[in-house]
Amino acid sequence: MNDKRVTNDDLKGGPAMESAGTLDRVNLDRELELLAADGFYDGKRALRVEGLTKRFPQPEGKRRGFWRRRPRFAALAGVTFAVEKNEIFGLIGMNGSGKSTLIRILSTLLAPDEGEVEVFGVDVTRNPARVRELINRVAVDAAFFKVLSGSENLRYASRLYGLWPQEARGRYNGLLRRIGFEPKRLKDQVKSLSRGERQKVAVVRAFMSTPALLLLDEPTTGLDPRSKREVQRLIRDMRAEAGTTVLLTTHDMEEAERLCDRIGILHEGRLITVGTPAELERRAGGPGEAATMEDVFLKFTGAEWLADENGG
Amino acid sequence: MSINVRALREFWCSVGFAERNFMLVKRYAGWEAVFLTYTIVSALTIGLIGVATGDQRLVLYLVIGAVLWGYLSILFHEVSECIAWERWEGTLEYTFMAPVKRFTQLMGNALYAITYGLVRAGVQLLVCALFFGISLAGGNFLTAAVVLVVSSLPFLGMGLACAVLPLLSRERGSQATHIFQALILLVSGVYYDVTVLPSWLQPLSVVSPATYTLRAMRAAVLDGVGLADVTTELWILVVSGVVLIPAGFACFVLGERWAKKTGKLKIEG
Repeated sequence: MNDKRVTNDDLKGGPAMESAGTLDRVNLDRELELLAADGFYDGKRALRVEGLTKRFPQPEGKRRGFWRRRPRFAALAGVTFAVEKNEIFGLIGMNGSGKSTLIRILSTLLAPDEGEVEVFGVDVTRNPARVRELINRVAVDAAFFKVLSGSENLRYASRLYGLWPQEARGRYNGLLRRIGFEPKRLKDQVKSLSRGERQKVAVVRAFMSTPALLLLDEPTTGLDPRSKREVQRLIRDMRAEAGTTVLLTTHDMEEAERLCDRIGILHEGRLITVGTPAELERRAGGPGEAATMEDVFLKFTGAEWLADENGG
Repeated sequence: MSINVRALREFWCSVGFAERNFMLVKRYAGWEAVFLTYTIVSALTIGLIGVATGDQRLVLYLVIGAVLWGYLSILFHEVSECIAWERWEGTLEYTFMAPVKRFTQLMGNALYAITYGLVRAGVQLLVCALFFGISLAGGNFLTAAVVLVVSSLPFLGMGLACAVLPLLSRERGSQATHIFQALILLVSGVYYDVTVLPSWLQPLSVVSPATYTLRAMRAAVLDGVGLADVTTELWILVVSGVVLIPAGFACFVLGERWAKKTGKLKIEG
């Protein structure tokens, strides 16, 4: 088992844990150099989202005529923001606010209706294959072949990401130890692992490929407090060791504050505000009042704030 | 990345898909035994119709139909269902997000389907030969092997085109694939000569690649003909493969684009 447990102080910027599982910074840097040489990457900006809009048919909506489309709603409405290289950028918002839609667009799984999205200068619509070489994602529900063992799933993933089995095994065993997962458990079928254990394997599967942009869609959901801290620690280590940029969505306000350099609040498909956790807390609190991230969330996603915003 | 390294990486990925499918077969070994038993028993019962007529040539005619249809339908089914399968497992988004060309993914599944189909058809043929005491001594196996390889091409193409159906409709995609497969079974002369079909169905037998596969395979095994005698059938199969594989892949790419526009890849959330 992992002999060094993670403390809150460690997470707030203590020295990086000694590397048992290696994160491949060399390959990542080389990839970015190639992108710069090809005229895509400007050396600073990891992600640029400009006027991003995505509409879906309303689930309850009915057509008003045979040739008419069902009424649509905007899951994302003109979202604009940018993330610098090596930044951990958080997105928080209520359920259905558009966070997962945004992550799916960045993952090239969904085509935007309007707007532009660039990952290290590469447009996700025009050049999705190149974007896929730069990203990896942990979804809220870990996707595995559940009758296969953890190691069989990781072996399959290593093939998809062009890693040799020997190299991949070394990486994932080391990474698993770092988050307190005994590699022996990898022999078990995924269906026999707990939700938390599956989530840990999913996190390691994404980290194993050392992506330039890591998309984390509620990665610690279902983890116990200790495991949560260990995964959070690994995310910070990944940024420090490999130079990875992270886009994180979460409902855990403490996690958002602890991990993110900046946080954006998404509400009903619109990006309402962006700032560092301290800035947001200042904005949410009244004069001489100390606000928490939870207060920030409630203020910016509450009816009261929206009424003010609409001049009501 | 140089072209050679890229090609090696794509090949490595396609092997990964085939390997994953074989690992799944191993895990579902019980069901595999059930499917194999069912297809063997099915071939035996069909062969027994020939035994009842006392015509040994008819027995072999029917067994060739059963075994060859077993192989072709595995080929078609495994490729056309590879997307439905991933949707069922919940891994579709993960696979589609990976840095792998869609062609590589589909070819990896095709590689698995060919290997798996040959093993299953081989076992089926062996059991039938022992059960009916069939002698295959008069057959031309070089011709049979070439027919088998060439006939795989159009079936892969049709499988690729049908693989997109589960992307277009989560519920009805697989159902449509099965209906298409049943239609080929009806019109291609698997257990009878296509001339017995009603005249309004006969045009469909002309456009089904399975018609030419069965005709050429029966000529090779029953009559021992050489390659020169089945040139017409082979050309038709080659041309239909050359047309159907790119056409099937194009259908898949268009369907994938549409699914990404409408959000059909998503399972939930």
